[in-house]
Amino acid sequence: MKKTILQFASGIALIGWALIVQADELNLRPGVTDISREVYDLHMLILGICVAIGVVVFGVLFWSVYAHRKSRGQEAAQFHHNTYLEILWTIVPTIILVLMAIPSTQVLIAMYDTGGEDMTVEVRGYQWKWQYKYLDEDYNRTFSFFSNLATPRSQINNRQVKTDTYLLEVDRPLKIPANRKVRFLITAEDVIHAWWVPDFGIKRDAVPGVVNDLWTIVPEPGVYRGQCTELCGKDHGFMPIVVEVLPEAEFDAWYASQASTEVVKAESFGETFTHEQLMAKGEEIYGTYCAACHLADGQGIPPAFPAIAGSAVAMGPRDDHLRLVIDGVAGSAMQAFGKQLDPVELASVVHFQRHSFGNDAGDISQPADVVNLSGGQ
Amino acid sequence: MSEVIHADHHDDHDHGPEKGLLRWLYTTNHKDIGTLYLWFSFAMFLVGGVLALVIRAELFQPGLQFVEPEFFNQMTTNHGLIMVFGAIMPAFVGLANWLIPMQVGAPDMALPRMNNLSFWILPFAFGMMISTLFMEGGGPNFGWTFYAPLSTTYAPDSVTYFIFAVHLMGASSIMGSINIIATILNMRAPGMTLMKMPLFVWTWLITAYLLIAVMPVLAGAVTMMLFDIHFNTSFFNAAGGGDPVMFQHIFWFFGHPEVYIMILPAFGIVSHIIATFARKPLFGYSSMVYAVASIAFLSFIVWAHHMFTVGMPLAGQLFFMYSTMLIAVPTGVKVFNWIATMWRGSMTFETPMLFAIAFVVLFTMGGFSGLMLAITPVDYQYHDTYFVVAHFHYVLVPGALFSIIAAVYFWIPKWTGKMYNESLGKLHFWLSFIGVNITFFPQHFSGLAGMPRRIPDYALQFADFNMLSSIGAFIFGFSQLVFLYVLIHTIRSGKPAEGRAWEGAKGLEWTLPSPAPYHSFTHPPKVTDAEVQG
Ligand code: HEC
Ligand code: HEM
Ligand SMILES: [Cu+2]
Ligand SMILES: [Cu+2]
Repeated sequence: MKKTILQFASGIALIGWALIVQADELNLRPGVTDISREVYDLHMLILGICVAIGVVVFGVLFWSVYAHRKSRGQEAAQFHHNTYLEILWTIVPTIILVLMAIPSTQVLIAMYDTGGEDMTVEVRGYQWKWQYKYLDEDYNRTFSFFSNLATPRSQINNRQVKTDTYLLEVDRPLKIPANRKVRFLITAEDVIHAWWVPDFGIKRDAVPGVVNDLWTIVPEPGVYRGQCTELCGKDHGFMPIVVEVLPEAEFDAWYASQASTEVVKAESFGETFTHEQLMAKGEEIYGTYCAACHLADGQGIPPAFPAIAGSAVAMGPRDDHLRLVIDGVAGSAMQAFGKQLDPVELASVVHFQRHSFGNDAGDISQPADVVNLSGGQ
Repeated sequence: MSEVIHADHHDDHDHGPEKGLLRWLYTTNHKDIGTLYLWFSFAMFLVGGVLALVIRAELFQPGLQFVEPEFFNQMTTNHGLIMVFGAIMPAFVGLANWLIPMQVGAPDMALPRMNNLSFWILPFAFGMMISTLFMEGGGPNFGWTFYAPLSTTYAPDSVTYFIFAVHLMGASSIMGSINIIATILNMRAPGMTLMKMPLFVWTWLITAYLLIAVMPVLAGAVTMMLFDIHFNTSFFNAAGGGDPVMFQHIFWFFGHPEVYIMILPAFGIVSHIIATFARKPLFGYSSMVYAVASIAFLSFIVWAHHMFTVGMPLAGQLFFMYSTMLIAVPTGVKVFNWIATMWRGSMTFETPMLFAIAFVVLFTMGGFSGLMLAITPVDYQYHDTYFVVAHFHYVLVPGALFSIIAAVYFWIPKWTGKMYNESLGKLHFWLSFIGVNITFFPQHFSGLAGMPRRIPDYALQFADFNMLSSIGAFIFGFSQLVFLYVLIHTIRSGKPAEGRAWEGAKGLEWTLPSPAPYHSFTHPPKVTDAEVQG
């Protein structure tokens, strides 16, 4: 009986050990910034102290279990206190704690050294995507975009082989320059999210109505990945963060091109599109922005998320449908997409909803209609 | 004197329990109510355990296999709520009911009718909460911490039932606490001064005050949610000028003392068991009492260590970091005292002792990870990852839960008059011990490697540890069926137990015959030094 338990336990221990040895990630990563390295060193220091205390304390305990047992004929001593010992083991831990608090305080103060930034990016959490807005010197908006999970559903549902960046890949990564101090303003639109890039050693909650700030200086260009770390609803596990750090010159070129495409895009809002063009564009937008709640087949998850298939709105007057999508539904998960999508995208996704999943409204929505409804904005 | 009382009240005290099912409905007897609490909590433990196994089955491999993310969130939320409010807390109240009157030398609890009410509220509260899982739109899916606005504006409709259930649980806990305080302060046998009380009684006295202090705060939080949801207020709604962060302050002002509510009685239990099987007096009785009192005090000023990432000012972060680190001092004192109690004892290792020693080791490991989490700059890296999951499971499963199991093995001879089967008890222990470590130890690693908590699917580098963790969870889960078997086997066909069932056991309860009489002490016992712990 005892023997089988022992064999079983050692078997499991062996498997566990094998896994530990071959696993590539066991510990906190040192990361790539000064702060993340300081955090890593602090982690190793505290861990080391805990392990040392553990070895001593558990050593005494196991010695006692081994030596002071009745089966070895040990007589029970009858002492029940020792004032010196008790004072000693109150004071020594206190001193150790003070020694731990000093470097911790230093690192924390270093982390709070905001200000003197070279550029600012607003990070806004939405159910279930991130919006990055590059702010210029007056904190006016220059341009912004959304960053969505890029892993296809087929991988998540095990119909296709998962790639190395499974669940850690996005359609448009945040880009920042190397070696410059970037300040992030973190906030949220709907519920609380949290923005975390482990390699930078920074994490902050994105809270609606609150703007938190964070900063980083990344010396190494590269791609860094993180995830949302505050439960934010159904697809909390599916809103990764990818930051691409570019060499400075490359970043500047990219930034200039982005700022100018904003202008080019605005000119296309006057154009008219064909049914086919709208459907193609709309299907794409629907997949990235709407399918999380209304599902790829338009059936939704009633009662939380209504179906688009057969929806009274999608079959009703076109302008009501457009308005609902532009303004959202206050107090529900249906967001105001007028703030997220441009008129071409809005027109095409609404057109797509009105002509898919068996819906057949038989009308057409153009960017100009969106511009009119949202007050020519 | 006591002879006189005896003669006067003779007939009042000699009846046994009523017969049939109504006995359990109408009972005002502390033992019956204790039994009800304990079986209720065991049932909730199994329900919560099944939900945990759903979670672990889904996390066995990357990808979505069994459940949808929406349902997964309902599983994590209800698992947490059921384990905290349905399994651990009622189990401790059940133990308090059984043990406190016997340990202080009283016939029963001070307020028996309220005792009945505080138990019978619970099945309704949990019946209602669990029923929401079957409602259209599903049950609570916002985590056991139910942060607004996910739990208000964005919650499923069933949240109103959840709020009502939390109110009921709070009412039950407050009534239970009042009863415990009244019993301890008024019904001790003559000669049992405060500093002669058994440690289980001391820890429960302090726990009961914590409960009375914080349950109303929780009630306030859910009431504000109710108003935000139904009456258009904006306590937590940023769009209306409210503040979602305020919710977290209120929640954790309740929540941190709550975690000590779940561990202080465990400290008491373990102190009894270790001293008994070491056949030695408890080391440092008075420092144990002071340590518990200081932990209780500190637990009110550390709450925002759960909120290091919400963006508090530097001074706030430092205050909460230092105060949290301080908790390690009295916690350390307790651990050192337990080890000093074992030192140069004459130890034997029956099942309760095995669980108690595992408690000391594994709870201390949870304390270490707690200390690491207290260090604000590194907590940024750990927060809301599996590292936190590993931490609180180490303090709650081999901590609170093991102490409850140990208490059942330790006192069951007194309750039933029968001895459990030692080999089966040991089998239960080893399976649980191995299962718990395989489940939760790897979670430290997945957390450090960056796996967020509360996600139904994960990146490939976390796969190995998750698989291991799921295997451990199934081992642990199914070994609790051994426990169920041991209990039934003991009650039905255990060998008769002596009054003082354990050689080294001290305390008034052991002066009673086993099983203990229906009304524990009909006349106050004499408190002799031989039965005092310190
Ligand atoms: C985060 C979840 C979510 C996402 C993403 C989402 N919706 Fe919705 N949608 C809702 C909810 C919830 C409602 C119901 C609102 C209400 O009436 O309370 C809704 C309602 C609607 C309706 C009205 C349906 C009806 O019959 O009442 C339309 C049309 C609609 N959404 C279009 C869209 C479009 C277009 C997109 C993508 C650009 C989108 N939604 C993305 C949650 C979402
Ligand atoms: C030395 C003592 C302890 C210290 C220093 C400590 C510290 C902490 C800290 C800092 C956190 C927040 C981590 C984070 O979210 O980033 C935490 C979480 C937690 N702790 Fe402890 N802890 C201790 C003991 C305990 C005990 C005794 C219990 C319960 C029996 C407990 C239960 C919990 C729970 C349930 C959480 C997670 C709450 C959640 O987010 O869902 N802890 N602890
Ligand atoms: Cu999230
Ligand atoms: Cu806490």
